[in-house]
Formats: sequence, C-alpha cells, structure tokens
Amino acid sequence: MNIYVLMKRTFDTEEKIAISGGQIKEDGAEFIINPYDEYAIEEAIQVRDAQGGEVTVISVGNEEAEKQLRTALAMGADKAVLINTEDDIENGDQFTTAKIIAEYLKDKEADLIIGGNVAIDGGSGQVGPRVAELIGIPYITTITNLEINGSTATVVRDVEGDSEVIETSLPLLVTAQQGLNEPRYPSLPGIMKAKKKPLEELELDDLDLEEDDVEAKTKTIEIFLPAQKEAGRVLEGELADQVKELVQLLHSEAKVV
Amino acid sequence: MARKVLVLGEVRDGSLRNVSFEAVAAAKTVAEGGEVVGVLLGQSVSGLGVELIQYGADRVVVVEDEKLARYTSDGYAQGLLAVIESEQPEGLVFGHTSLGKDLSPKIAAKLESGLISDATGVEEAGGNIVFTRPIYSGKAFEKKVITDGLVFATVRPNNIAPLEKDESRSGDVSSLSVEIKDLRSIIKEVVRKASEGVDLSEAKIIVSGGRGVKSADGFEPLKELANVLGAAVGASRGACDADYCDYSLQIGQTGKVVTPDLYIACGISGAIQHLAGMSNSKVIVAINKDPEANIFKVADYGIVGDLFEVVPMLTEEFKKLKVNA
Repeated sequence: MNIYVLMKRTFDTEEKIAISGGQIKEDGAEFIINPYDEYAIEEAIQVRDAQGGEVTVISVGNEEAEKQLRTALAMGADKAVLINTEDDIENGDQFTTAKIIAEYLKDKEADLIIGGNVAIDGGSGQVGPRVAELIGIPYITTITNLEINGSTATVVRDVEGDSEVIETSLPLLVTAQQGLNEPRYPSLPGIMKAKKKPLEELELDDLDLEEDDVEAKTKTIEIFLPAQKEAGRVLEGELADQVKELVQLLHSEAKVV
Repeated sequence: MARKVLVLGEVRDGSLRNVSFEAVAAAKTVAEGGEVVGVLLGQSVSGLGVELIQYGADRVVVVEDEKLARYTSDGYAQGLLAVIESEQPEGLVFGHTSLGKDLSPKIAAKLESGLISDATGVEEAGGNIVFTRPIYSGKAFEKKVITDGLVFATVRPNNIAPLEKDESRSGDVSSLSVEIKDLRSIIKEVVRKASEGVDLSEAKIIVSGGRGVKSADGFEPLKELANVLGAAVGASRGACDADYCDYSLQIGQTGKVVTPDLYIACGISGAIQHLAGMSNSKVIVAINKDPEANIFKVADYGIVGDLFEVVPMLTEEFKKLKVNA
C-alpha cells in the first residue's frame, strides 16, 4: 500500500495572537503539526502496519517545516518530502498549494492519501478535495473511521453530527475528523530513527512548475483582530433574583430571547 | 460590475436550510445588480424553488435525478457543473455547511478558480467584492478578494442576514436535464445522531455543558432548558473527553465553530480550546461555581453558582416568559 499524508505546519492557535505590520506576529510563537493532520499521520501508520507498504508525509512550506516532518517520521512515517516554496512564492493560496501537491503526486501511484479536514490557521479545508479532483480520484472528507479490504474502502463520514457509512474504492483521498484515532506521541527510539529516515527537499523547478502556473486566485487585503469585548456583568444577590434578572436582561436588553 | 451569480440551495429533510437564504443575500451583494439564480439538486425538489425566489433569487434552475437523492460529491458536481456550463455565471455562493465544505473545493479545482471559504461578511468596497472570514480559529479575521476569475465563496451559517421573505415575488423555476453518470462512492447507511435536537451550526441559541455537568445524566437539565428555548445542546472538549456526551456536540478549536445569538455556557471553565469555537457568539451567558473561571472574561452576563441549581430555575423562568409573551 502506497500511502501519502498531506501535512501542514501551523501556528499553534492556543497562542496569543498579535498583529504587527498587517501580519500575524510569528516571532517566538509555537509551531505545531496541524492537529487534524496528526490524525492523518496516525491513520496512515495504522493502515501501513495492517496492510504493509510505506507512508510518505508531504508538506508545502519553508525549511522550518522540517521540524514537523521529523516529528511525523518519529511517529512512524517512512519518508518525508518538503516542497520548499520560500524562494518562489510570496503569496500562495489553496489553489497554489493544491496544484503543487497534485503535480508532485500525479505519477506516484498513491493508493491512499490522507490529510486533515481543515488547518486550524487558514481554516479553509480546500486543499484535500482540490488535490483529489486534480489527480482524478474520489475523496471523502471529515472521516471518523476507515476500513480497507483489498481495493475497496468503507468509510464513516461525520456530517454535522450524523454519520454516513460510505463504500468507495482505492485509490482514494480522505480527510480526518477528530475521533478518527488517538495520535501517538513519538517514542525516544522513534525520534532517534527519524534522524536517519529520508527527507527529500524539492522546489517548483523540480516539479516542472513555473510561478505563473500556481499564482494565487485570491488575495488577503487586511488582517485584523476582533473587537475587544467589554467586561461582562456578573450578577449579584439572591440566586433566584439573579436568575429573574438574567432572563429580563436577555429579553429586554440583549433582545435575544 | 453586474454579475450573474448562482446560489446552491441546500435541502434537508424536505426543506431549504436557512443558510441557503443567507447565501442568496450574499449573492445579491456579489451580483451588484446582476441576476441571482438559485440552483436546486436532488429528487423532487422543484417545489422548493419558489421559496428561494421569495428570499431574493430572480429565478431557479432545478436538476432532478434519483442519484441526487443523497448528497455525493460526484453526483452533485455533475449536476452543478452542467448548470454552470449552461448559465456561465460570474459568481457562485454556497453555504459553508458539511455539504458546501465538501463540494466547493472540487468545483473550484474543476474550474481552476479561487474560493473564499467560510465567509462571515461580504461587501462591495473600492470596486471589489470583499469577503471577511475568521482565521486562527476565530482569533483574527482577514478581508479577502478574488483576483482572477469566478467570484466563489461559501458563507458561514448565522452570519449574513437573509433578506426579508417577500411572498409576492415570483420568477421562473426551470429544470435542466442532466445525465448523472456513475458515482464512485455509495452511501450505504446514515446514522442519525444529531436528529433529536436542533443543528448546532445553524442554532440561534445554544446551551452548552462542560466538565461541571459531571455525568451523562448531568446533561438532562441542559436539555430541558434547550427544549424550552428551542436551542441546540453543545459541549466542551472536557465533557466529550470524559464521555458525558458524543463528540458530535463538541464546540471548540477541534470540533464545531458556532456563532449563535445566545450561548449559555454551563459548568464550562473557558479554556482557549473552547473559546475558539464560541467566542464570536453575539451574547454569552456563563454559569459556573468558580468566580475566577476564564469563561466570565468573555461572558456578557454571568451567574456564579451551581449549574444544577441555576439551570432548572432558568428553565422555569423562561417558561414563564414564553407564557406571558
């Protein structure tokens, strides 16, 4: 089984967010593997362990993503590929990223491609389905279970709380929803082994892509923080009176009930 | 610049979802005076066309086929791409729902177009259609424009106000015949878990429980309050991890992001993980025993007290309000 994982290095959004010069300040911030991509890595490893084969983790970004790729290798992935766009692309979007990944994958004969269903920084959830469409394979998003039997797959998809049981065939791209599995922590021997595992670095040139081929179709013109909320009112007095007051406030002042 | 804009109407349990009317309103802005055309895909859905028109669409195109009875990306893409081929729109708007999230990137990839996902606002500014959308789990926002080709966006439920329903509006509901070819994925079974309550992503009011509910049974008073208010029930990660409820209820950075008019947080401490999913709610009420709990920092109104005492009292008080209303 030839398995690929799409991984993004993301800003840990549990960090405080500040803006400087129109950009989110990244100095000193913690960067992590996008949490949904951790489920994808874990699932890829479990499928390989059950079915045999190889797991390759791909990331599009700059050289700093090497750290997160090494973590994926330490979890148990076999190979990593960094498509380094730092010198070629200043402002990419999901069109850009999907086109690059699809170009890389088009002759790889992947049986299974797994990504997270959304990245917690950009939050668009586009890249997985876009890649599947570009390379002409079916996809299922937000999955919570995956069973593979020969060339067929039975997948459970989370649909706003309901579950769909879907039968489809390989090659297939799926995106992970929370609950798919419990991602493992890298073990110490895993971390030692990861240092020797192959991590290939490519640029657009290596994929026969020109900057124009992947030029973004969208542009961010402003980034801003939400308006600071004024401190709320903690009610006082007898509990029964507080409850009465709250209902009145919601009805008359906030007008939401 | 006037544009022809297609809006995908989404049908659930035989009715159009609210987000579809919100998408029509967004499409009106994108159209800048051009035509807004509703699209309905499914099996016997043409009767719903008139409602899209009453909410602002100029006309509706319907594709009906038994293979479209349930959503699949392959089936819907074939139907929608046929409508796009025949209508040649300059804009496209979907709801940012499970369906919209799944389908929109496939359509964008097929058309080699940009796509702005999860927009919470849309306006015309300086000759551009500018979309606002949350980033970094709602801790920041960006304004974004399409620089090339189709103006394509999905809109987050509950954020863009629908136009007022006008029952005197009329328009053409036409059908387009499309041969839906083989689907690569087949839905074998649908397990309805969320059917008993109101859908979280579109709910106007959410009653949510955290570790403070202490057990699965502890959700009962919250459900009673939700019933009285016509609200959906949600939960924090803590409550889900402790197995008090299903993960489908989880609100937070992992889980659902919601923006109801009223969010009532019961026994929720207010970890950043949770705030990322609900802090943009219009009005937040916190009920917690711990006066130092973080949730009070984002709450508009707070009651320091035991939720098992406070929530039933609230339910009674809201019942009285409903009776008097």
